[in-house]
Amino acid sequence: MKILIKNGHIVDPANKIDDIRDILIENDKISQVAKAIDTKSDKIIDAKDKIVIPGLVDMHVHLREPGREDEETVFSGTKAALKGGITSVLAMPNTEPAMDSVENIKKLKDIINKTAQANVFICGAITIGRSGKELTDISQLKKEGAIAITDDGASVDDEILFLKQLKNSAQEKILVICHSEDKLLSNNGVVNLGVISTILGLRGSPKEAEYKRVERDINLAEKAGAAVHIAHVSCKESVGIIAQAKKKGISVSCETATHYFSLDEELLMGYDTNLKINPPLRTKSDIAAIKQGLKDGTIDCIASDHAPHTQNEKEIEFDRAEFGKIGLESSLAVSVTELIKTKILTWTQLVEKLCLNPARILQIDKGTLGEGKDADITIVSTDKEFIIRREEILSKSKNSPFIGKKFTGKVEYTIFAGKIAYVGANYR
Amino acid sequence: MKNMSSWTKKDLLGLYELNKEEIELILDTADSFKEISTREIKKVPALRGKTVVNLFYEPSTRTRVSFEVAAKRLSADVINIAAQESSVKKGETIIDTGTNIQALKADIIVIRHDSSGAAAMLSRHVNISVVNAGDGWHEHPTQALLDIFTLREKIGKIKGLHVVIVGDISHSRVARSNIWGLTKLGAKVTVCAPPMLIPEEIEKTGAQVCHDIDEALKSADAVNVLRMQFERDLKGAFPNQHEYFKKFGITKERLEKVKKGIIVMHPGPLNRGIEISSEVADGANSVILEQVTNGIAVRMAVLFLVSQGKEKP
Amino acid sequence: MKEKAKILDKVGIERALMRIAHEIIESNKGTQDLCIVGIRTRGAFLAERLASCIEKIDNNKVPVGILDITLYRDDLSLISEQPVVHKTQIGFDISDKKIILVDDVLYTGRTVRAAIDALMDFGRPKEIQLAVLVDRGHRELPIRADFAGKNIPTSKNEIIEVRLQEEDKIDEVVIVERD
Repeated sequence: MKILIKNGHIVDPANKIDDIRDILIENDKISQVAKAIDTKSDKIIDAKDKIVIPGLVDMHVHLREPGREDEETVFSGTKAALKGGITSVLAMPNTEPAMDSVENIKKLKDIINKTAQANVFICGAITIGRSGKELTDISQLKKEGAIAITDDGASVDDEILFLKQLKNSAQEKILVICHSEDKLLSNNGVVNLGVISTILGLRGSPKEAEYKRVERDINLAEKAGAAVHIAHVSCKESVGIIAQAKKKGISVSCETATHYFSLDEELLMGYDTNLKINPPLRTKSDIAAIKQGLKDGTIDCIASDHAPHTQNEKEIEFDRAEFGKIGLESSLAVSVTELIKTKILTWTQLVEKLCLNPARILQIDKGTLGEGKDADITIVSTDKEFIIRREEILSKSKNSPFIGKKFTGKVEYTIFAGKIAYVGANYR
Repeated sequence: MKNMSSWTKKDLLGLYELNKEEIELILDTADSFKEISTREIKKVPALRGKTVVNLFYEPSTRTRVSFEVAAKRLSADVINIAAQESSVKKGETIIDTGTNIQALKADIIVIRHDSSGAAAMLSRHVNISVVNAGDGWHEHPTQALLDIFTLREKIGKIKGLHVVIVGDISHSRVARSNIWGLTKLGAKVTVCAPPMLIPEEIEKTGAQVCHDIDEALKSADAVNVLRMQFERDLKGAFPNQHEYFKKFGITKERLEKVKKGIIVMHPGPLNRGIEISSEVADGANSVILEQVTNGIAVRMAVLFLVSQGKEKP
Repeated sequence: MKEKAKILDKVGIERALMRIAHEIIESNKGTQDLCIVGIRTRGAFLAERLASCIEKIDNNKVPVGILDITLYRDDLSLISEQPVVHKTQIGFDISDKKIILVDDVLYTGRTVRAAIDALMDFGRPKEIQLAVLVDRGHRELPIRADFAGKNIPTSKNEIIEVRLQEEDKIDEVVIVERD
């Protein structure tokens, strides 16, 4: 099987290409990237006026399987990912049961082998049951295929215990992803603490709950000589702390999620539970700091923090609703709209954040369009606006605050492992 | 003083989203309605054939009865639903309850709920009118309207007044609605409580903060005394309720040091000897029972106006 | 909308009210138990004026009240403009009184129906009589005026506008035609 992508604007920072090129795919690999490739192929895709980028690598995704198949499954989640131009995801371990044992990971691997429509990488847990009490055996988890560990949704409060696991991870050379939240400080807050929480009469979670824990996690990582990655950075202070740590040469990387540069707390005035997210949406000045952090490189990547929840869990009282929103199908569009159209990032920088950097942080051979690499490719049109519609969402859960909103950056084709895995409505 | 602007909203969810003219229109309409309760036959046919459903998730006799009397004086039919604590996992959601009430062809739902935003959420899912009778710590618009109505009636104006709200501001929907209403009408509002009962960045909303009640009362024209729920609000802040009474309780001795005609309000029910002394509650400065009477007129005005409104938020 | 004709000017209105005052006194054989209730807005002003006409003739001040009939209207759900509710001010007991109900224009009769209902909620008057400045016909209810300043046959396409000094800064009655 040969596919030829003609005349597209290729953005591939790994190979420093930002120009019109053709791409030839043979079987599941990219065989040639060059100007005006003229060869016989089974299929030609005309990518004139389109941006052609590596398939996105989303390192923060909740696929919910096993355990909460009513919210999402590996199958539905990866289908949704492909629609969003994402070809590789890191599945968070807060499933039921959690990915804290060889046995559980085996079970997930089996599901992935049978049903996954895109690459699913496995993230193990830091502690058994993610309860912060007893450490998992990370060498076993790694052997079984886990490429990182996290207790996402919770932070290990016990410093001694966490330090021990960080030391283990340094030895095992496995990345530790930190959900940096001090739950004593966040005090069951459901929105950002400040004038908005006061007006809404909702319990507020202060930024300290995040950045003080970011600070602690980085300090412990430094002590242990481990590589840590700070998940879903949402506030100005965290960006500052991470920038300082990087300057000091500490091995720290971080991600933000699309909502932390596109949505601010003032939108909560209508009590839309799809905007109830942890960490909470922050202020306009935090959004500015996140954008600046993306621009200056402090923030390495953009993830979706895709967190599907059923209608029953979301269409209830605000303080009782679950945290999180879906994002696989919107993260590229939100990024293009908020960062490219506003000239905060160049396409090259955006591809670094969405594809290359997460692949490098996770040490997977993805995120590039180099010859010989896996043919995971996303073709994006940037000229026309489109509206995200509920009925078009492929994820099992529909908890998106972006429904009905206008965006640019529409995925037209997603090629996964050399096959056309998603085709936009305009090309079907 | 008569206001000729017109009311367009189908709901009353809070005072935060109303403008000065809309608040004044409610107060002026309430002014016209007050006379009805003084008649031999205390009833007008304005809402004849309409059904008002009081959907109360929190027990509240006062507010419920006040809405019920108001609706009945407008000739509406009233149904009371005491929906005790809706559990998340089992039982009917507010939305299901709301759409069922709508299917019964009711016209107005008056909702009281312990979650902030519950009224707004219900409003999004039904086409009929929704009136917020108190949601969590968020708003209690009709209570604030009756407080402001009573003040306006007593003093003649709101603009330029200095009103002190004392008590647990953090967890008070009455305080919030009063702040929005009073500041929009041009009053100065000071909230007074120990620091841990003052919500974050409240000063950004236009209210001033004071931790010393005697200081706060110095230039006050009125004081609105919130009901203290000792078990919930004061644990940690005070060793016991007497300590609170000593520091923040509104007493005769305190009032003797300030403006003679200072008006004392309280949304009820009273905790005598905790936030207010009996002497003050029953004294010449107190307008507590007038608030109850005015509550009917204000709620009649609100029910009448929303029944005429067409705009959903 | 264009103005077709002026029916009454300032003097015309004064004369009409004075004549009505005479008729009221004559038909009630004096002013005993008499009180006047005007329907907001312009009926209220006419009620005051009528009371002073009666005082000029009979040297006796009859009590005057104001009725807001908004809450008694039968078209509340039909009208598009939100009505503003004003105060009803009847500072006397109407039981066993002869009430002269005053309005500016008598047309379908629905306003008068609402006013009668409203009055009945205040007590049990001995009788209610109706005085209007203009009767323009087109009744939809079995209601008639006991005293009318002027009978003007109109088409439904026309509007009678009563303008009074207190509200409109001029005293006149005109016929306006809808476009």
